[in-house]
Amino acid sequence: MAVEVRIPTILRPYTGGEKVVTAEGASLQELIANLDATYAGIGERLVDESGLRRFVNVYLNDEDVRFLDGLATEVTEGDSVTILPAVAGG
Amino acid sequence: MPRTLRLRQELVEQLVAHARADHPDEACGVIAGPDYATPSRFIPMVNAARSPTFYEFDSADLLRLYRDMDDRDEVPAVIYHSHTATEAYPSRTDIAYASEPDAHYVLVSTRETGNDDGPYEVRSFHIVDGVVTEDDVVVVP
Repeated sequence: MAVEVRIPTILRPYTGGEKVVTAEGASLQELIANLDATYAGIGERLVDESGLRRFVNVYLNDEDVRFLDGLATEVTEGDSVTILPAVAGG
Repeated sequence: MPRTLRLRQELVEQLVAHARADHPDEACGVIAGPDYATPSRFIPMVNAARSPTFYEFDSADLLRLYRDMDDRDEVPAVIYHSHTATEAYPSRTDIAYASEPDAHYVLVSTRETGNDDGPYEVRSFHIVDGVVTEDDVVVVP
């Protein structure tokens, strides 16, 4: 099932400058794997061995996936995924 | 050649007032605009970390902010935060987490004056792939 994914400025070099792309998968994890298959290298900017990177926010529709099931969050046709790097520092 | 950030006096004053009000915690926010050279809409954000040494936009606020800017065809021309015990220069964590290569990262330090009025220093930087370049700051009426 195809899901729309919004890509932040910093990751657009991976998508050839595209701001919105489509990806497939039944869960966020599958979706990210599918994204990485199309746009090599983008996956490791989003996840590491322990899961979603701490300073990357991923939203399913309006909800931060950390408050859903993280990488296991189910994704269905017509959903929209937004990736935003945290705005943070010291 | 350094880039130049032109910032209206009124926006500088809002930014400094926010930093002073939140001292000793770090204050943070965005000045959005139609392009990176034209910061015009002042948007103070909540520091979800509520910390004197760290800042982070709340994740739900962050999504609203970016959607709102998208709807208005705006970009985050300035991303600002305060340092409350150190100079107005990007820290190691500022550099590590910087993720808007075209934005002006504006820093203000409240270490000299705390919550009070007084002289202030506002500095601006571009942070790209771990490299910091200082911008000239010109305050315009």
